[in-house]
Amino acid sequence: MDEKSKAVLVIGGGIAGIQAALDLGDMGIKVHLVEKKPSIGGRMAQLDKTFPTNDCSICILAPKLADCFRHPNITLHTLSEIKEVTGQIGDFSVKLRKYARFVDEEKCVNCGDCTAKCPVKVPDEFDMELRKREAIYPYYLQGVPAVMTIDRENCLYLTRGVCRICEKICTREAIDFEQKDTDVMLNVGAIIVATGFVPFDPSGIAQYGYKRYRNVIISLEYERLICASGPTGGHLLRRSDNKPAEKIAFVQCVGSRDFKNNRYCSSVCCMHATKEAMLAYEHNPKVKSYIFYIDLRAAGKGFQEYVARGEQKYNISYIRGRAAKITEDHDENPIVWYEETLSSKTKKTTVDLAVLATSLMPRRNVKELAKVLGVELDEYNFFKTDPLNPLDTTRPGIFVCGCCREPTDIPESVAQASGAAERAAETVMR
Amino acid sequence: MSEVRVGVFVCHCGTNIGGFLDVPGLAKYALSLPHVVFSQDNLYTCSEAGLTEIKNAIAKKKLNRVVVASCTPRTHEPLFRSTCKEAGLNPYLFQFVNIRDQCSWVHMQDRERATEKAKALIRMGVARAVLLRPLEETEVEVNPCALVIGGGIAGMTSALSLANLDFEVKLVEKENRLGGTLNSLYKLYPTHEEASKLVQSKTEEIEKNSKIEVLTSSEVKEVKGFIGNYDVTVRQGEKERLFKVGVIIVATGAETLKPAGMYGYDGETVITQMELERMLKEGKFDADTVVMIQCVGARNEKRVYCSKVCCPTALKNAMLIKEANPDAQVFVLYRDMVTHGTKYEDYYGKARETGITFIKYSPERQPVVENGSVRVYDELLDEELSLPYDLVVLSTPMVAHNDSADLAQKLKVPVDEYGFFLEAHVKLRPVDFATDGIYMCGCAHWPANVGESVSQAYGAASRASIPLSVGHVKTEPLIAVVDEDECSGCGLCELTCPFKAIRIEETEKGRKAKVIAASCKGCGACGAGCPEKAITMQHFTDKQLLAQVIPLAEVIS
Repeated sequence: MDEKSKAVLVIGGGIAGIQAALDLGDMGIKVHLVEKKPSIGGRMAQLDKTFPTNDCSICILAPKLADCFRHPNITLHTLSEIKEVTGQIGDFSVKLRKYARFVDEEKCVNCGDCTAKCPVKVPDEFDMELRKREAIYPYYLQGVPAVMTIDRENCLYLTRGVCRICEKICTREAIDFEQKDTDVMLNVGAIIVATGFVPFDPSGIAQYGYKRYRNVIISLEYERLICASGPTGGHLLRRSDNKPAEKIAFVQCVGSRDFKNNRYCSSVCCMHATKEAMLAYEHNPKVKSYIFYIDLRAAGKGFQEYVARGEQKYNISYIRGRAAKITEDHDENPIVWYEETLSSKTKKTTVDLAVLATSLMPRRNVKELAKVLGVELDEYNFFKTDPLNPLDTTRPGIFVCGCCREPTDIPESVAQASGAAERAAETVMR
Repeated sequence: MSEVRVGVFVCHCGTNIGGFLDVPGLAKYALSLPHVVFSQDNLYTCSEAGLTEIKNAIAKKKLNRVVVASCTPRTHEPLFRSTCKEAGLNPYLFQFVNIRDQCSWVHMQDRERATEKAKALIRMGVARAVLLRPLEETEVEVNPCALVIGGGIAGMTSALSLANLDFEVKLVEKENRLGGTLNSLYKLYPTHEEASKLVQSKTEEIEKNSKIEVLTSSEVKEVKGFIGNYDVTVRQGEKERLFKVGVIIVATGAETLKPAGMYGYDGETVITQMELERMLKEGKFDADTVVMIQCVGARNEKRVYCSKVCCPTALKNAMLIKEANPDAQVFVLYRDMVTHGTKYEDYYGKARETGITFIKYSPERQPVVENGSVRVYDELLDEELSLPYDLVVLSTPMVAHNDSADLAQKLKVPVDEYGFFLEAHVKLRPVDFATDGIYMCGCAHWPANVGESVSQAYGAASRASIPLSVGHVKTEPLIAVVDEDECSGCGLCELTCPFKAIRIEETEKGRKAKVIAASCKGCGACGAGCPEKAITMQHFTDKQLLAQVIPLAEVIS
């Protein structure tokens, strides 16, 4: 390997960004992996299991997190954002803003003494606000780097100038309120964008009652609820009364294939709904699930077999029809109203829990990032690519992979990530 | 070696283990075992914090054996091994004890007895750990040349990418020209660019690239060797050519099912989408009413899978028909319209706007082609329709090439039940084979459109670039070793080995078995069969295994 070859910048520390960074690092190319959150891992870290093998998500991801952290060619920049990009293919100058963590990464051992004494309680983002966390907190248990972070929006000292209890508690003197945000300049030859997705917020679809009804939740919330390291220790409990949910409706295409919201298909929801229904049954064989769908899109390797197994062994009924509305009875049980298109009849069914398969959307700040990078977005604000040349953005030297270019499942994101790494390698090794 | 000092780390795995076993109790128990000088329980031993604990204990407690009782070695053994290595301990002095997949997850209902079982597992692991010996990885050089099998869009893309990184590429194509399936297609969805144009531009690029040697009308005859050092024989007509390559990419594509005996298929008025493509390409399309039937020979008992590319293909051809003959009536009989993502959902919308009629049929009431019309029960209208036709077009799935199993055997790689090549891990290693140095992309793996094939082709090239760029690979020392004094040269091992990794050679002491370290997978077949007990499996010696079995026997009795 030519020692002089330029480094590559990877934006986004989810599975796509991680895979791209690892491939490049393994080729001997220096990588800067930038993540906005306090730890890398992304959405995959939030999932309980993955289809169609039902592998534990964090269990297969965690070794990759550690590989990134320890890789001699990869520099991790967490709590960081890209502010400016100048130059051109082969020679980009990048201004990176590194936000203060207020915790010394070298000293903190993630023991949790500080968290135990912090008086602040705010909703936890990683657990989809289903539990409270403190203002000094680990982003998630297996997060990398495994250190605490102080949330500047909620810390009493940083907002009101009082408290500093964590500082007194920490025997390793890892708390550092003097830390400042800093700007770092990087010189790279190529850039890979892998910023992932956010779930669509369905509170705008009033007829589904999300946020109005406590037992109507979205898929990512469900993933945290059913996960052993989640807020309920993996028990699928209703938010209204903490009773186990045994009759569950999965409502597909929420915000997707919808002219009022996102016209596109989010690609992964048919499969993750099937998985989520399977997991509920695995936890409790009394569970009965209904999946309300328009077209069942199970086209990947082993997917049709997976759906068949769901129907035959996991007590799942697939019902063709878009749910029209969700109401609630006096026990806060959701009632799903739907037209069963195969019989053209309007029907309703009362369940314990309704799970909305919300569409995968580009991150909110994506326009800003596209402007900084000088690349175009498509009409939905995903990074624009040519269908026949799918990993190149509109600007030479900048490549893209994973859900920020289009909703994609994990294997495809990983294949694309390796592919984007190859495109970047072609650029910097030339 | 001096005094054996074992450290045991027991993981809660959040609540995965901790919720069902008495983990602190297990750590305490471990400390009572012979040679154990340190034990500890961790919330997540695999977290950075947990790994730091291991490293600190190795240094402070002078550990020379490390045992972790946690999830599964399948995902986590490499991590703990490298942690030991970072702390200066030979990684093969690490022992994994599986108390999650093989204990807490399967005995969730009985905490007490599950904890007892975990104790037994830990005791077994410690007994084996005591007998572990340090082993060294060996390094082999990587020949900076790649073999790409298949000259379709995937193979061409991989070849060009590797050549751009300055590696030699041998591109082998069965047909007499590059292009693969694209040569049979007219236009490509969703851009309606002509397939031949894409083939032409890629072919030109390849011809200009001095790093790529194209071998058309050629087939791989034999593959010997291992990552970094494959000897490949390619048959080109009468000639045979020999290449030394470091890595191999399988990009052999797939074919579409011939619907013999289905829906009155005759190749004239009842044809396949591929045959329609040719008609459209040659300007020979002439029909006013066309009925397309989706999922022909797919999503049934014999072929359960959805072939993914057929829905967009039908949409494309239906739209091209409307372009060629705006008055044409086109019916698409489908089960589920599979148009994923941002581009194909819009494409579906566009097709609907052109006036194509979509009719949903159910697998229980299949359409029937008879006497010039198609009878179909429309699920949504709850009505049986009769559609007179000029042309019926059957959408058949992609199926693996007949000879894919043959190639798989030459490469010693697996295929799935349908003959598609099987990746190393469905989720996280989609373009790797389990065998090092061999990768895959495109329809050889699973039905894929051009965009997906191109992504995967770059992906496979990336994975192949890793050993090629580094120039060498390390091989695990978990292999067979032959005690030449005991070996009688009978040759049974050579016959037994599925990887051709052991062979009989003439030596000064006579005929003796010899192991090719880089090819040996450590499966143990040779060792089990050796009548002289002359073969030992490193890291899994009889002594080590017995040490593990004896405590188990004690527990059971």
